[in-house]
Amino acid sequence: MNTLTSTATRGKFGPYGGQFVPEVLMSALDELETAYIEAQGDPLFEAELQGLLHTYVGRPTPLTFAARLSDYLEGPKIYLKREDLAHSGAHKINNALGQALLAQRMGKRQVVAETGAGQHGVGAATACALLGLECVVYMGTVDIARQQPNVYRMQLLGAEVRPVDSGSRTLKDAVNEAIRAWVTNVETTHYLLGSALGPHPYPTLVRNFQNVIGREARGQILEAEGRLPNLLIACVGGGSNAIGLFHPFLADQDVDMVGVEAGGESIASGRHAARFADPQRARVGVLHGTRSFVLQNANGQIMETHSISAGLDYPAVGPEHALLRDQERVSYTYATDDEALAAFHLLAKLEGIIPALESAHAVAEVVKCAPAMPRDAIVIVNLSGRGDKDLDTVMQKSGSQGVRESENPL
Amino acid sequence: MNGTERIANAFPAHRTAFMPYAVLGYPTPQASLEVIETLVAAGADLLELGVPFSDPLADGPTIQAATQRALENGVTLSQCLATVAELRNRDVGTPALLMSYVNPILAYGVRRCVADSVASGVDGFIVPDLPPEEAGELEDACRQHGLALVYLLAPTSSPQRTALVAEKSQGFIYLVSLTGVTGARDSAPPGLAEFVARVRAVAHKPLAVGFGIGTGEQAKAVAQLAEGVIVGSALVEQAGESIERVQELAVELREALNGSEIRT
Repeated sequence: MNTLTSTATRGKFGPYGGQFVPEVLMSALDELETAYIEAQGDPLFEAELQGLLHTYVGRPTPLTFAARLSDYLEGPKIYLKREDLAHSGAHKINNALGQALLAQRMGKRQVVAETGAGQHGVGAATACALLGLECVVYMGTVDIARQQPNVYRMQLLGAEVRPVDSGSRTLKDAVNEAIRAWVTNVETTHYLLGSALGPHPYPTLVRNFQNVIGREARGQILEAEGRLPNLLIACVGGGSNAIGLFHPFLADQDVDMVGVEAGGESIASGRHAARFADPQRARVGVLHGTRSFVLQNANGQIMETHSISAGLDYPAVGPEHALLRDQERVSYTYATDDEALAAFHLLAKLEGIIPALESAHAVAEVVKCAPAMPRDAIVIVNLSGRGDKDLDTVMQKSGSQGVRESENPL
Repeated sequence: MNGTERIANAFPAHRTAFMPYAVLGYPTPQASLEVIETLVAAGADLLELGVPFSDPLADGPTIQAATQRALENGVTLSQCLATVAELRNRDVGTPALLMSYVNPILAYGVRRCVADSVASGVDGFIVPDLPPEEAGELEDACRQHGLALVYLLAPTSSPQRTALVAEKSQGFIYLVSLTGVTGARDSAPPGLAEFVARVRAVAHKPLAVGFGIGTGEQAKAVAQLAEGVIVGSALVEQAGESIERVQELAVELREALNGSEIRT
């Protein structure tokens, strides 16, 4: 389970995945794959990673029974996998730390990364500070404006945040610039890609660094309930927190899984980031080195996306999710901005947990599906990050009025 | 003669080939035709015609801005093909390659794209984000229609990859002179001669060097190493100014190649 896809298939997930990159990067991808395979066979690497995940990140993160939310929805027992409690506030640190250790192992002292919501940027900056690596984070100017606290956080951690003012000025364009920077300094630089996306070996590598989420959750639910859950729910931007939760359960045929994309204003409006929900605008294509579902126009130009959550605001989805959808192993749905916002308030009021707006999409799905489920069913919702970074956005959208009245379920 | 043969024949026996690049639809669809005709009049041996893409991750700021502008002008792959057909109608016989990222080709349909390209007078493709490992369908379609699929090598390419590309590339091999994105640079990249020699040791095809070349002086230096010199961003920048500026630079570049003799 924890090995790379065979090199003979070049990181293919059925018809998805692959390595669609400029030639200059091919050797760096080979180098990364080789370094990772060697690291996997090195007990010291695994020990160092596990040690840091425990003593630095604070893993295992808790699995919290959400008693009041479960009661309120009059549905199943809802558990929250608390990645929001991981050091630096989101699951992103799991992968950032793993890759930073690999960079160190490859003798690369410089790291470039992209960020949307800033959570991966903060994760990368944190890991680089810890290991003494130089870190440059590319971030769209639209995202910089809506995620100011994370920009400052990255700077405090010693990273340089480079604004990206091209295209839609969001995550997609930050990835373009990070890849351009990597191309330019490929021999000395590691590209610390933040989601289960991009060219092979990244989708597999990132998934393997993130599946600690699912491995822990599996053990924790067995301990708490003595059985496996009926349903897993996670939000899907690129899809790293979702694949991290889902992957260790894939062989458990009785465990259903739902990935929740960003429905934005609505699917019909086109202002969304729901790659699986909009066959008019999303087709199989290639973006950023991988073949998957991509929001694009009829001429193959990549579309600008919209989501209230910067971390889901991306036109392509990780290739393994595309395969899991084809196989009908995981089903995919979406939550709109408004639904995510309502779920954000609900979780804060009922459980004392302020979720990231990304994670609020997963909460929105449990709000929708829970009432129809039996009371003795068990659901795990991945709370991929905390919401401190989103307070400005939420204040603008909801206002104090919303907090006092309409958003209060009690 | 098919496209692959026309491209192979485009390299003059007595000097290095001048291979200018233009963005189709930039600065406007109409003006881009004039730019191309100007490049041909200045003595282009082989044309590289860029198909605009929203996310050109191998390109620097100049070509990014130009392709963005072309997209704002509403340029599509079908229009790019129509532009090539129009050039052929105007008796421009210079062999031409389409340079496109892979996604517009996928959206158009790989086989349909190749068939329509043949009909429009395109002779081959360069697809910077499509290494040979991923190119099966396009390679098959190109072979079937006699079009060249040109692959790239970079200074970072391993000996194994160099051998693979040397075997698979059709017409010539595109050597990316430096680790970086497109764009004119002040000086020739160090280590270029060694890189070219490394490829030449295993390749029996013309070698064309691109990325970072923007002046007659640089072209002259590179011409001592390779059968072709590719100039993109510097010409695109002039295209944003005026036809006269394009002509001036194209003539300078072309004349710099007179009397060029490869010293291997």
